[in-house]
Amino acid sequence: MSSISHDHAHGHGHDDHGHHPTGLMRWITTTNHKDIGTMYLIFAFTMFIVGGLLAWGIRAELMYPGMQLWDPERFNSFTTMHGLIMVFGAIMPAFVGFANWQIPLMIGASDMAFARMNNWSFWLLPVAAILLVTSFFLPGGAPAAGWTLYAPLSVQQGMSMDFTIFAIHIMGASSIMGSINIIVTILNMRAPGMTLMKMPLFVWTWLITAYLLIAVMPVLAGAVTMILTDRHFGTSFFNAAGGGDPVLYQHVFCFFGHPEVYIMILPAFGIISQIIPTFARKPLFGYASMVYATASIAILSFIVWAHHMFVVGMPAAGLLFFMYATMLIAVPTGVKVFNWVATMWRGSMTFETPMLFAVGFIFVFTMGGFTGLICAIMPIDIQIQDTYYVVAHFHYVLVAGSLFALFAGTYYWLPKWTGHMYSETLGKLHFWASIIFFNITFFPMHFLGLAGMPRRIPDYATQFADFNFIASIGAFGFGLSQLIFLIAVVKCAKGGPKATAQVWEGADGLEWTVPSPAPYHTFEEPPHVK
Amino acid sequence: MNEAQVANRKLMRKLFVIAVCMFGFAYALVPFYEVICKLTGSNNLLKADVVQNTQVDKSRTVIIEFDANTHKLAWNFKPTQNSLTVHLGEIVQVTYEVRNTKDVPVSGQAIPSYGPALAGKYFRKLDCFCFTKQTLAANERKQMPVVFVVDPSLPKDVNVITLSYTFFEVAGSQATNQAEPAVKEGELRGGSS
Amino acid sequence: MRLREGQSWAAGMTLMGATQLAYAEVDGRYNLQTPATGIAQQMYDMHTLMLWICLIIFVLVFGVMFYSVFAHRKSRGAVAAQFHESTTVEILWTIIPVFILLGMAWPATKTILELKDTSNPDITIKATGYQWKWGYDYLKGQGEGVHFVSALSTPREQIEGKAPKGPNYLLEVDKPLVVPVGKKIRILTTANDVIHAWWVPAFGVKQDAIPGFIHDTWFRADKEGVYRGNCAELCGRDHGFMPIEVHVVSAEAYAAWVDEQKKLMAAAADDPNKVWTMEELKARGEQVYSANCAACHQANGKGLPPAFPALDGSKIANGPVGDHLNIVLNGKTGTSMASFKQLSDTEIAAVITYERNAWGNATGTVVQPADVRTVRSNKTAALPAQPVKSGHAG
Repeated sequence: MSSISHDHAHGHGHDDHGHHPTGLMRWITTTNHKDIGTMYLIFAFTMFIVGGLLAWGIRAELMYPGMQLWDPERFNSFTTMHGLIMVFGAIMPAFVGFANWQIPLMIGASDMAFARMNNWSFWLLPVAAILLVTSFFLPGGAPAAGWTLYAPLSVQQGMSMDFTIFAIHIMGASSIMGSINIIVTILNMRAPGMTLMKMPLFVWTWLITAYLLIAVMPVLAGAVTMILTDRHFGTSFFNAAGGGDPVLYQHVFCFFGHPEVYIMILPAFGIISQIIPTFARKPLFGYASMVYATASIAILSFIVWAHHMFVVGMPAAGLLFFMYATMLIAVPTGVKVFNWVATMWRGSMTFETPMLFAVGFIFVFTMGGFTGLICAIMPIDIQIQDTYYVVAHFHYVLVAGSLFALFAGTYYWLPKWTGHMYSETLGKLHFWASIIFFNITFFPMHFLGLAGMPRRIPDYATQFADFNFIASIGAFGFGLSQLIFLIAVVKCAKGGPKATAQVWEGADGLEWTVPSPAPYHTFEEPPHVK
Repeated sequence: MNEAQVANRKLMRKLFVIAVCMFGFAYALVPFYEVICKLTGSNNLLKADVVQNTQVDKSRTVIIEFDANTHKLAWNFKPTQNSLTVHLGEIVQVTYEVRNTKDVPVSGQAIPSYGPALAGKYFRKLDCFCFTKQTLAANERKQMPVVFVVDPSLPKDVNVITLSYTFFEVAGSQATNQAEPAVKEGELRGGSS
Repeated sequence: MRLREGQSWAAGMTLMGATQLAYAEVDGRYNLQTPATGIAQQMYDMHTLMLWICLIIFVLVFGVMFYSVFAHRKSRGAVAAQFHESTTVEILWTIIPVFILLGMAWPATKTILELKDTSNPDITIKATGYQWKWGYDYLKGQGEGVHFVSALSTPREQIEGKAPKGPNYLLEVDKPLVVPVGKKIRILTTANDVIHAWWVPAFGVKQDAIPGFIHDTWFRADKEGVYRGNCAELCGRDHGFMPIEVHVVSAEAYAAWVDEQKKLMAAAADDPNKVWTMEELKARGEQVYSANCAACHQANGKGLPPAFPALDGSKIANGPVGDHLNIVLNGKTGTSMASFKQLSDTEIAAVITYERNAWGNATGTVVQPADVRTVRSNKTAALPAQPVKSGHAG
């Protein structure tokens, strides 16, 4: 453990190595994993705000029954773009940002394996984002076929669909390059002595996630390419007239889509598995079973895709297979939750913001897990498929799951990145505001779905009015709460109490052996792990 | 420096060749897929089935319902009978009637579908108007046959099968009068925006 | 005309309708809707069971976690233990959930096998999804041959907030599906354009309607009543506005209804050679317009440019009749304008006459059903059904 490094008035990073470009060119040409990680995180947060504004647009229309603000087509484009932007623009890049910052620090590598490719995989993202967002200004407006882009509705759309397809291609290329980089880094650049089973869990979960990404992003690219050729080049993959089948699209898309949801949650599991032991001051319970559970979730994710399609008219044998396989996922997921609780058991816990978010994550994610199990029971799914119940379910696992884990990770590692402690008051305020407003927004949606409100509708029967009103209020509050996060992070980047290298009393791992803020270049001499 | 330049140029050339090959490969896929489909027997929706088991099972009957749909096609299309009760293994012929309501010849292609879907693989069509594209002259009325056998190995719990056809227009089949409306469509576009 | 039929029909069942209304308001606020079929009842019970199992696990797991959160705090002087694995415990909490899952899967499997069994139906009905309404064809059984189109009947004023919302806001249609009580009804779904889904929660039936394919499902309603549902698969602009309304009636009422429908269908094949007056056509046309056109082009004919152009003052509605007929019959490729050829000649004649003589349009044109019939089979009116996509030059 070295001494605390020099004072950095603002920003982070640049110290004694002065031979890199400055200003804008520094960021455009950088190959430093920390710079790129920062850019990923800023990009993700920007897209999070854009997606959040769209969510506000959705909730504003749904606040009262009747059509008030948007044309139904515009409303549909809001739900579509909200989904695409949050999944591909916010959650996935944010996790890649964490991977860039933390994986080299946690395994004692000096940088990512392919530093230039790392730069490229980031800079593809803004291009894709611009393609996506400009589709709002094209004739006909942004795509309105749902983020799942189900054919033949997506074949019917205007030219904005082509923009979206290209944006997905570009983001896919970026993800694949990012994943190759992460895999090669983890497999080849670990410090001497760090065997696979000694790696921090965050690194493990990312290793598995990266394999998932490489496996499924090409599948998505293939699916949207088939839409593109159906639209413009006279093929009929999804058109019965030429021997095609619209359901083929759903199979291909969901073959991507289900691993995709684990891509968005496995790194979150990793972050939580780092944070809980730190604040319980106790080693993680069942490290090996955590690794195996993660791997089995990843493997199972490839054989459950058709549970998204229980009502397309599959034969009974198909329904049964996919129902059983889906239910099986509850086992490894349950193991993870039990392990976290066992880690907390008889610990010596303190509740700083990262721990609050981690405990909040376990609590709310588990509720999402329960609703997931209920959705997996095919006969019940007939009633709740494509209703607000499903909307509630996946927001419980994606907002309270992935997003809360991202917040937890940010507060956890922010002192290491900036060299300053964030404001604990702001952090706690952010947590309580987020978790309360989150539940106000999404809990009533369970009732809406059970009572029969379909999703993706701009107007609804009057008996749904009160819960929709509550959900809208919650959504406005949840959105505003995220400004607290922005303030907390900006304040922390600008200054604040100095952070030690260790930062947290119970923190353990290589990243805590370098000074805070982490110098621009770390581990030029690989450390030795016992 | 010079060496690096030479190496870069070499790599550039290799990449260029790879790009050209990939482009060509995309075109090569067309015949390639056709061969694959032929070998694996996929896309045999529109071919006559081979019937091996011609044993008529007099002990079981199934009700066959007939259904007709058109998709963006100005044809009247309906079965001449709504349903039939048949024995398994029995060769049955039914007819569908179709009428072109336009004053120009139009071609259509019918696509079969079965309810319940799993009955499809026991439903053997020996002859069907859906095997080829159908062209109807202006205002032509036509009776089209379907000859089928329901395989006796049909699961016991299936006793009603719906045979449904959807007629799709074959793209460009109204070639003779495309030029004229294309102009018209241009006018409409200009007019409405 | 269609509206009036639906209303007189509903009036025939006032008593039952009234009880249903009161019912609908208290039903289905926090839980699944009250089941009306055996399958839906099984789903309801299964959901209740699942909820209890989940609740018990929830209390156990979070009881332990929150006890730990309160008791094992550093501020309370807790000292961290250092245990970090226990093979026994880990195996136990892998095995036990497997058994719980088996217990859940057993009833679900039985229900799945039952709900996929579409054999021995009494009546087969085909539900066809259109953007954005449902078409019903009674294919087999009592009522064979009856067919009609069922569209949202909630007035635009209620949707736009210009009138108070009715009790069945967005869940009412002009012509409901009618089925007899206690009979096995087999529903075949298909679609004309994109994927829709036919969903009636009280029956426990949801089946995607996929263009070019049929899929079957079934229900047997135990109680007479009015049951409402929605399209459950995003199908474009008015996905939220294509409800499903099913009236389950006694065998006698059903037989009477079938008779009435057969007569109506005979009459509704309005004498194609009848010559209508401008006023008759406009009155009928306004109904057709509000059921089929007003969603996009708006009741005031101003549309929602640029996606949905105005008809008031447009070149189409004031230009040659042929073009106007053409676009209504065949739609306009590459835009949201769908083909309305499923409407009858009379309806098309009426709506076109209405559009050409409503708002600021005063062409004075009267289109007769016979004209529509001519154009339907007229070659000059034929637009290419699938022209080469030529971009979207606005």
